[in-house]
Amino acid sequence: MITQMLLRALDKKASWLIAIILIVAIAIPACNLLIPPGQFGHVPGYAVTLFGKYLCYAVLALALDLVWGYVGILSLGHAAFFALGGYAMGMYLMRQIGSRGVYANPVLPDFMVFLNWKELPWYWLGFDMWWFAFPMVMLVPGVLAFVFGWFAFRSRVTGVYLSIITQAMTFALLLAFFRNDFGFGGNNGLTDFKDILGFSVQAASTRAALFALSALLLALSVFVCSMIVNSKLGKVMVAIRDGESRTRFLGWRPENVKLFAFTVSAVLAGLAGALYVPQVGIINPGEFAPENSIEAVIWVAVGGRGTIVGPIIGALLVNAGKSYFTGALPEYWLFALGGLFVFVTLFLPKGIVGLVGNFRSRKTKPTVVPPPLAAKVEPAE
Amino acid sequence: MSQHAGTMLYLNGVSVAFDGFKALNNLSIIVHPNEMLAIIGPNGAGKTTMMDCITGKTRPDQGELYFDGRTDLSKLDEAAIANLGIGRKFQKPTVFESHTVWDNLLLSLKSPRSVFAALRYSPTNADDARIEEILDTIRLAGRKHELAAGLSHGQKQWLEIGMLLAQDPKLLLVDEPVAGMTDAETVETAKLLREIATTRSVVVVEHDMSFVRELGTRVTCLAEGSVLAEGSLDQVSANPIVIERYLGR
Repeated sequence: MITQMLLRALDKKASWLIAIILIVAIAIPACNLLIPPGQFGHVPGYAVTLFGKYLCYAVLALALDLVWGYVGILSLGHAAFFALGGYAMGMYLMRQIGSRGVYANPVLPDFMVFLNWKELPWYWLGFDMWWFAFPMVMLVPGVLAFVFGWFAFRSRVTGVYLSIITQAMTFALLLAFFRNDFGFGGNNGLTDFKDILGFSVQAASTRAALFALSALLLALSVFVCSMIVNSKLGKVMVAIRDGESRTRFLGWRPENVKLFAFTVSAVLAGLAGALYVPQVGIINPGEFAPENSIEAVIWVAVGGRGTIVGPIIGALLVNAGKSYFTGALPEYWLFALGGLFVFVTLFLPKGIVGLVGNFRSRKTKPTVVPPPLAAKVEPAE
Repeated sequence: MSQHAGTMLYLNGVSVAFDGFKALNNLSIIVHPNEMLAIIGPNGAGKTTMMDCITGKTRPDQGELYFDGRTDLSKLDEAAIANLGIGRKFQKPTVFESHTVWDNLLLSLKSPRSVFAALRYSPTNADDARIEEILDTIRLAGRKHELAAGLSHGQKQWLEIGMLLAQDPKLLLVDEPVAGMTDAETVETAKLLREIATTRSVVVVEHDMSFVRELGTRVTCLAEGSVLAEGSLDQVSANPIVIERYLGR
């Protein structure tokens, strides 16, 4: 039964996608570390980190697509799960600094010394150990999503109302994390990281490894999402998206299906956030900003929701565009992003993937579709 | 022994009001096992509200609702009631348009409804055979891999009846099954429903009198949320009150 589930996950499309991601996971770090700078094919260190960041965004987009594209839950607060995973990782990285901080306190991070705190708050305990901190990366967003979803889906909050409360959730977290006495570094967040599992976060080899891990996480996310959407549960999810009350009369419980998808999605988003933080070197409350969640929705819409490959393409393309635009024409980026969203909504309801699908079916149609039935009726002679 | 023992569906004194408007007013209906009941009545008579009450979509303000002689339906939600064995076909055909005909039946097929059971599910030969059998019954075997969105109105109605059969319910609630069907299809549908009623209980709501005649079964006429007349179609349609309030208009 388990092998069948695994085989179902690896359909042709997903297998190709995972293969490509794994090649990238090896190729980019290899081109960075093995080919000396200046020689053809060398990938500079900054590019490795930049692409690693994009891969984390791609995981977030895929996680969001699992709930939006397949179950119809438009979450406008998904960046919150990403940021929570990031904060859990950030706490581990802060504890690794030890006495190398500005105030050289062996236990307390700098911002706590600055606030005159005498001892570590209880919720920071254990984060100096990787085996405690790494599961927390999944557990914190997962539990929040489970509790939030439990109440929201059970009370049958759907559609735009649900979107608004997810937005309120991330905004509430934004405000909480901005407060200094909340104990997460307030406005400045967590930064100045030194090492991870004993390796320097600045070292080229660590950065290459983090990139490879981000690619592996993306491959794992593709596998998990593909397994879910190719199962009968995936069909139930689409049925709920298209006719929630109808599924109830068939005996399904949409609230449980939604809760499952939402929790899995939050865990994936948390993992993405955790790999994002050591690569960018900082996590601050800005990551909870509603704009971030909305941007993630745009990636999914641009790439094509309700597909596995769509959100990945969307996240990579839009972020590459963002990196270019914010360098070349910084004032116009938000206009370009908004314009892109309007364009995609109006003209590409299925995103880029839908556009490619259209071309393909137009090309192959004449050969696939059998001749019309009328052709059988030969005129009597 | 309570009065509801031995019945398939037992409604006693059920009332529902929406903002003071009494959609159901002291409604009492009994359906026995393996029996078909046709319900007729003017618009606003409470036919759909009655179905909403039975399937858990609407809670009755008062009255008793028992299924299979023992289960109190007024305490359960839609999914629990569906899993007890009550299937419902809606007035407007509601099939999952972005799924294939096959998948529509697969989703309806009687099976464990938990999240993890659905995640682990692998098709069995028995399931496939049952779906093929239903496809033959509803005459959609040739279109099983097409999306339900591409079906004609009448075919969607049949697919929804197929979805009902796949659920393997003890009681079928069928709301206007022949709306939008041709005369030939209407006759076929009546035949199919009569066949189903040999092993299950069926409640049919319909406006089409020739179809009700085709069903050849006990008829209840509703008006303003309660029973106006009961009996065979001839008896009911000869009833002067029914003529005045429904047929005559």
